Amino acid sequence: MDWTLWLELVIKALVLIFALLGGFAYLTWYERRLLARFQSRLGPNRAGPFGLLQPIADAVKLIFKEELTPAKAYKLVFFLAPIMTLVPSVIIAAVIPWGPPFQLGDRIVTQSIADINVGVLFLMSIASIAVYGIVLAGWSSNNKYAMLGGLRSAAQMISYELTLGLAFVVAILLGNSMNLTDIVEAQRDGRWFVLVQPVGALILWIATLAEVNRHPFDMPEAEQELTAGYHTEYSGMKFALFFMAEYQKMIVVSAILATLFFGGYLGPWVDRWPLLGPVYMFLKIVILLFIMIWVRATWPRIRYDRLMAFGWKVLLPLALAVVMITAVGILLAEINPWMIWLIPIFSLIAGAFASLMIDRSLRRKAYA
Amino acid sequence: MTILFLIIAIVILASAVMVVTTRNLVHAALWLIVSLFGVAVLFAMLNAGFLAVVQVVVYIGAIAILFIFAVMLTRREMRGHGKPLNNNWWISALLSLLTFGGLAMLLSNWDGFSQTPADFPSDFDGVAELGNALIDPNQFVLPFEVASILLVAALVGAVYIASNRK
Repeated sequence: MDWTLWLELVIKALVLIFALLGGFAYLTWYERRLLARFQSRLGPNRAGPFGLLQPIADAVKLIFKEELTPAKAYKLVFFLAPIMTLVPSVIIAAVIPWGPPFQLGDRIVTQSIADINVGVLFLMSIASIAVYGIVLAGWSSNNKYAMLGGLRSAAQMISYELTLGLAFVVAILLGNSMNLTDIVEAQRDGRWFVLVQPVGALILWIATLAEVNRHPFDMPEAEQELTAGYHTEYSGMKFALFFMAEYQKMIVVSAILATLFFGGYLGPWVDRWPLLGPVYMFLKIVILLFIMIWVRATWPRIRYDRLMAFGWKVLLPLALAVVMITAVGILLAEINPWMIWLIPIFSLIAGAFASLMIDRSLRRKAYA
Repeated sequence: MTILFLIIAIVILASAVMVVTTRNLVHAALWLIVSLFGVAVLFAMLNAGFLAVVQVVVYIGAIAILFIFAVMLTRREMRGHGKPLNNNWWISALLSLLTFGGLAMLLSNWDGFSQTPADFPSDFDGVAELGNALIDPNQFVLPFEVASILLVAALVGAVYIASNRK
């Protein structure tokens, strides 16, 4: 390892971290403005043009807020929990390819920090670590609401992790690799995996929503029931760290979804100008984030027992069926290439069957 | 590389000792996570990236989280007050020493013990090799299937015990 390699890694890591930090700050602004539009309000528009300086004002406010630690809190874990929540949300972004490699002087620079051959599994492992921060925060606060929020999040994230993993398997099967760059390259010429496997993309999207505790799966912090859930007792910068982790996770899961199913950095002329890759990624992430916020603005929260039932009884069997359909379809495509289009047909049938079954069970039990 | 290995090994062993000596259940669980992480790092150092990541997914992401989950559901006072050792401690110490000695002797007779691992060729796909080995009748298909049947049986049993429809 020569020093230029170290320099390259450090620069890439710093760029990524600062991009995520800036992304977090402006995602809060984007979300508040969008929510306001959905609700026929204006949203933050005082600080700077279009309210663009609002995140900075918020950050200054949070820094100067008093930090309270509950007297009976479990001090060490209480202090560690926000850090343990934030760190996975940053390092999970390390394996995502942001663009094709480009030539700088006489060296090839890849646009991802770590191009490892088990990239998808790495995503899975970091996603499974992410639950610790939330659970420990809820437990160490020594507060019933926080504890309930932590328990709920643990149950929810463990349950939806299985579906998440199966949705990853779909992308691995289609890309024939666990390396994220290979998966992106397999989607060349407009063959985005969302076209081949639309149901798989939808399942991954739902599972990631549950995994980052976003609406309509934000049971761990349901305000009406749990005040604020696992971060009830946190204030000041510790609260800001939880907030930061949540929004960075939103960005990162959108990036993962874009990479696995929406062609990643691919787009017109990306081969001629490799630096267009991050631009395409940015556009795809912004569109996916828009959909996330749209869902938050329009959908009610799912009741907790139904959330678990949905995860275990609907999403998991459907994901298994989709994996099976994809695997069989890929084998059939070896005989005749057009057979690959049997995958979307059959998985859409499976998806329609699943929604029909949900509809029937809701009608039969006459849920209020 | 050797220094790195020594540091990791010390971290693993020290946190493993902390797991059994600390009196606080949550601390014990957290030290266990540190120890398991150390093992994942060892796998990564041995060019076994797949095993390293699976170690994190299975042990840290699933098993240790279940420990934490169980601890959260138990009583609030989580300090044991009894003596951590009973009178038979010397028997277990003797047994573990004997096991260690036996393993060390067996390994020192093995000729791979003193060799450094060869580097993989750059196009070597360890994951594909592993996958093929697991479904190859000449290699590991039988243990693999037996393990999966065992897991399914455990799953069905757990569902049967938990369901209240008799």
